[in-house]
Amino acid sequence: MNTVTVNLIYLVASVLFILGIRGLTHPRTAVRGNMLGASGMLLAIVATLLDNQVFGSGMSSFGLIIAGVVLGSAIGATLALKIQMTAMPEMVALLNAFGGGASALVAGAVLVGTEPTTQSTVATVASGIIGSVTFTGSFVAFDKLRGLVLPDAPVTFPGQQPLNFFLALVAVGFGVWLVADPDATAAYVAIVAVGSLLGVLLTISIGGADMPVAIALLNSYSGLAAASTGFVLSNDILIITGSLVGASGIILTRIMCKAMNRSLVNVLVGAIGSTDTKTEDADAIYEGRVKRTSAEEVAILLDTAKRVVFVPGYGLAVSQAQHQLRDLATMLESRGVEVEYAIHPVAGRMPGHMNVLLAEADVDYDKLKEMDHINPTFGQTDVSIVIGANDIVNPEARTNPSSPIAGMPILDVDKSMSVIVIKRSLSPGFAGIPNPLFAGDNTLMLFGDGKQVMLDLLAAVKENE
Amino acid sequence: MDTLIPLLTIFMLAVFVGFEVITKVPPLLHTPLMSGSNAISGIAIIGAILSTASPNRLTVILGFAALVLATINVVGGFMVTNRMLSMFRKRD
Repeated sequence: MNTVTVNLIYLVASVLFILGIRGLTHPRTAVRGNMLGASGMLLAIVATLLDNQVFGSGMSSFGLIIAGVVLGSAIGATLALKIQMTAMPEMVALLNAFGGGASALVAGAVLVGTEPTTQSTVATVASGIIGSVTFTGSFVAFDKLRGLVLPDAPVTFPGQQPLNFFLALVAVGFGVWLVADPDATAAYVAIVAVGSLLGVLLTISIGGADMPVAIALLNSYSGLAAASTGFVLSNDILIITGSLVGASGIILTRIMCKAMNRSLVNVLVGAIGSTDTKTEDADAIYEGRVKRTSAEEVAILLDTAKRVVFVPGYGLAVSQAQHQLRDLATMLESRGVEVEYAIHPVAGRMPGHMNVLLAEADVDYDKLKEMDHINPTFGQTDVSIVIGANDIVNPEARTNPSSPIAGMPILDVDKSMSVIVIKRSLSPGFAGIPNPLFAGDNTLMLFGDGKQVMLDLLAAVKENE
Repeated sequence: MDTLIPLLTIFMLAVFVGFEVITKVPPLLHTPLMSGSNAISGIAIIGAILSTASPNRLTVILGFAALVLATINVVGGFMVTNRMLSMFRKRD
């Protein structure tokens, strides 16, 4: 196939990508949208395979390409089918890593294989830096989410920010060297090495609950790396898709930061959650005010309720209680109770995490309500049940201007008639501060593991029938 | 340098299209948006294929490594997105 035909097919594929993302604007059209995107990708791959450069490269090259595609497909398919829905943030982190790594590798491959122009070398530098930061940064995010080696809390040390800044300068310095002398492949190796180190340092300072921001940002980087590689190859489709993904990640990053009322810089330097918990404060707030309840008592409360709102947090994912939660909701609904779910934008470990979990448990997506939508209805809610959430329902955000979460938009559960908080203990959430909601007059604490408590509640509610 | 300006133009326009389309995606679908757009960013697979077909040995090695990573990204991304999206149902 000649270059014109290949490029025309790339154009069609780019259009399919845009239509595919547009399909994601509604759950009804989303599956088809994803299919459109996948067909665009298939089309682009087939066109590339039939490109004269590739098709004419001989059987051994062609065989190697097919081998690579088969190997990658097998690994990708296994990951996609095996991964648990609760581990979706880890999966996205891994995918980001592979995307960023691939872009940096391609840029390197082109550098050693062709006669570079100034444009392609500058783009190679960008690809190398962004790609390697994405690669190692995503692995650190993966590690933190899995809880393997690194702690969930931000890892910070004195001089970290100046060091990061210095490393970025060093990477750019090697970049200038490479642009001046494109034959100096050692400079590219140095760029990737410094970029990799920078990726680690930038991500270890981000705490667990700030992961939604980190993942969104790394997603954006993986797109920008692909776009830079597009400039290396002077290839339109890489530039178009890379910038689409870059834009997507930046929009999500902005939404996440807004939902925490924090600046991106504040999240990146790990300014929250690293401070020690002030236990004396917690005692002053909780002492003698926290009321403990039992599944039986809650069942009695639910017996007369007309409207119940569930408020899930990361704890729901940890205890994998989404199916039991759905069972309880279904039972309440069968008695004519109005049930809805209040979803905070940063609940969980990635954008939309709670929605995916509840969709897996077969909850109707119409019942998953966004914060701005559900907040005005808490006044008419009989019982709000908070499962494994903490900071996103902390009224301190509204009332205490000196609180670390001051000004963060929260779910106004404290305005409902009764609040049931299902939690293992009174331990603070990620922000490391006590939550006056737990000591509220209308709040009852139901301590225990989310899944077990849900099972107890189910049994108790059934008993009352 | 004569290709730079057309490429930059495409880049800028695509960023605007991206902003327009993606701001309309509801928070409900933000996770599938991430995994789906992530699969699309595996488009570097094209560069990886071209590099693997190169006569230069080092380019082939780097290209092949990129090819495997990019394919995992593409196949894993689209499949897991499909798996997630098919769970978003409306019950009657």
